[in-house]
Amino acid sequence: MLFHWEELLLSRVADSLYWTSRYLERAEHTVRMVDINLGLMLDKSQVSVERRWQRVLAALGTPRDLEWKDDVYSLVYTLCFDGSQPGSVTSCIFAARENARQIREQISSEQWQRLNRLFHEISRLRPPSPSDTQLSEFLPCLIDGVHLFQGVTDTTLSHGEGWQFLQVGRFLERASATAKLLDIYHRDVFSQGEDSVDAYEYLEWIGLLRTCTAFEAYCKVYTADLTYERIVEFLLLDPEFPHSIRYSIDRLHQSLEAIRNEGRGMHAAELMRVSGKLKASLGYAQIAEILAADPGRYMRRILEQCRQIHDLIYEVYIQYSVQTALAM
Amino acid sequence: MSTTLLRDEFDNPLLREYFLDGAFDEMFGPDGAIRPHYEALLHVLTNLPREELKRRKQSADVSFLMQGITFTVYGREEGTERIFPYDLIPRLVTGEDWERIELGLTQRITALNLFLHDVYHEGKILAQGIIPREIVYSCQHFRRQMRGLQVPRNVYVAVAGTDLLRLRSGEFVVLEDNLRVPSGVSYMLTNRRIMKRTLPHLFRSYGVRPIEHYTQALLSTLRSIAPEGRAEPTIVLLTPGVYNSAYFEHTYLARQMGIELVEGRDLVIHDNVVYMRTTAGLKRVDVIYRRVDDDFIDPLAFRTDSILGAAGLFNAYRAGNVTLANAFGTGVADDKALYAYVPAIIRYYLNEDPILNNVETYLMTEKSQRQHTLENLDKLVVKAVGESGGYGMLIGPHSSKADREEFRRRIEAHPRNYIAQPTLDFSRSPCLQEDGSIEPRHVDLRPYILFGDKVTIVPGGLTRVALRKGSLVVNSSQGGGSKDTWVLS
Repeated sequence: MLFHWEELLLSRVADSLYWTSRYLERAEHTVRMVDINLGLMLDKSQVSVERRWQRVLAALGTPRDLEWKDDVYSLVYTLCFDGSQPGSVTSCIFAARENARQIREQISSEQWQRLNRLFHEISRLRPPSPSDTQLSEFLPCLIDGVHLFQGVTDTTLSHGEGWQFLQVGRFLERASATAKLLDIYHRDVFSQGEDSVDAYEYLEWIGLLRTCTAFEAYCKVYTADLTYERIVEFLLLDPEFPHSIRYSIDRLHQSLEAIRNEGRGMHAAELMRVSGKLKASLGYAQIAEILAADPGRYMRRILEQCRQIHDLIYEVYIQYSVQTALAM
Repeated sequence: MSTTLLRDEFDNPLLREYFLDGAFDEMFGPDGAIRPHYEALLHVLTNLPREELKRRKQSADVSFLMQGITFTVYGREEGTERIFPYDLIPRLVTGEDWERIELGLTQRITALNLFLHDVYHEGKILAQGIIPREIVYSCQHFRRQMRGLQVPRNVYVAVAGTDLLRLRSGEFVVLEDNLRVPSGVSYMLTNRRIMKRTLPHLFRSYGVRPIEHYTQALLSTLRSIAPEGRAEPTIVLLTPGVYNSAYFEHTYLARQMGIELVEGRDLVIHDNVVYMRTTAGLKRVDVIYRRVDDDFIDPLAFRTDSILGAAGLFNAYRAGNVTLANAFGTGVADDKALYAYVPAIIRYYLNEDPILNNVETYLMTEKSQRQHTLENLDKLVVKAVGESGGYGMLIGPHSSKADREEFRRRIEAHPRNYIAQPTLDFSRSPCLQEDGSIEPRHVDLRPYILFGDKVTIVPGGLTRVALRKGSLVVNSSQGGGSKDTWVLS
């Protein structure tokens, strides 16, 4: 048998790992959202430019101090590169790197170098001014950067407790972002009600799927025949697609279980109950039921439970009181 | 200053700006003949196409940047991280020279640890008048709290970094002992990694003695001073955090040793036992390799405004439940005024003559020495005893009249705060210039000494370079850089 040192994970380190991957996931989501909407904007559309970008802003959680001012490229530039805007891609990558920097010895050199490179790319190589061609070349590089980080994370870091916290951050962020996105689209696009799909609407739906990198995967399951019900079903309940909410929550729960098994005797019961309940409810849900009731509310319930899971993770593993810990 | 042309090499275009004067040159003898151990190195450099060396240098630069081996330039926007400047031409030390250095440093660290034990116990050396009490008790790093405290194995200084200079005669002398939290060892290790990649064949042909076992030796040193009865001690490295300029080094060492890197906020002290907060609850800590200064380590015992330390740490230490390396209060032994007494300390405790000499030092507390200094301010170097990193220093020959008056005033007001030394013409080593040519620059050498159940000094150290022409200051905060040090077998 291999001799194993007792593995330890400092609470502060777990916290930084969690935020490193959350921020990177957020950066990737924002970039993809912007990139796809820049593309959609080029086609003739019933959706006004303003409405489109208001929707983007809403799906990103309505960042503070960021308003639509009739200039797409300056808005996009701010969303991507304004370091003083907390939700911008630059800020997310910077925050991910700051978190990783504080735990450099905990992650692999490959991870650090990859993330560091991404940081230098966005701070040095970004287009000097808002212009469409440069943006459309540059934005995909950032997504590649995040993917490469995830790749080296999976191949170079031991899949122990630390890796599980990275997973938790990533999937919690992904589930929240997708739920938010579906909530906004439900309000803004689908609520027009009609079942028939015209060419304009078709474009929007492709856009939604592509924002979740889901277009090709969707087609494999349902063919290119797009319907509202199927799209929501796919993004919400598909058990195998990595950006679906159900898949994300499954993985989240799995990682939380792995962490619970490492942390001898920590009081994780409530955390496991909440995440297990969410997992089960997604596992047994039916799309017809959800759509017949209030889909927007359903999405907001998921968001609420994600926040609750976040709070419980903090309570159990990161900011527990010393008295509780001594009593164990 | 007389300058000698190089006898055999002066038509080598790489060396057209190379000059020799009174200072010891690491590559050439005083007559301009190349020292035998540098021949192969110069040959390779001369025959390498200039572009090739430049390309290798650039690729090494990128590698440093991408690995984040950088220090942060404060007060600017994001992305202002600079790589630590380094030079690609290694500094060579012969086996014979190294042997003497090793013996000398071992002798010195042994005596200084005995001194610290004595000062914090009976104080025999003070009672016998070998060292004036005032020097010790007036030192700002003297920690009264350490009186009578028994530290494991009597090891006060577990990790030291001693700065050596080479004089005109070729003799290595000690400039200062760093006995509190010496830094720079990660640069020694990364310089070596870069050199092996940049000049692999040359490296191999030289039979350089390895240094890579440093972190392992550090770990076993720390393990050897664990509190008694803690057979499998938990060792951690305590860092002030990500904003400390040596943070890279802290993460590097922790990773290489496989120990936790903790910050003050990770530690909890309960019933005089130190724990760290983990996701699996509290975990007991036995040995702390601390890279936080005495003043900041425990707001209850020292500076109350510190947020870098952990409240109650000192009491846990006093109770013998945790070992700190280095111990508190070691700064009394690397005080710049006490430095003048180190030869006497070696004679007193070991009954031996010092193997490595000191630089001549004038104490401003001694009337005649102060008088001499004040009359010769334009020739001497004056240092504030409490400063490091090349700050608070007057370099006489490079100073203005106003600077000298300022220091005269300060010395007269607070003689205990200053010492003076002759301006040293310390050795120069060949360095690669921007345009690909080679010029000599002043260098020092900081070997790292580990003291636990035995003394370990990895062969080499950090050679620091004053990269600016004519500069004598090697500190990285003041335009200094470093280069790899090859100890030959």
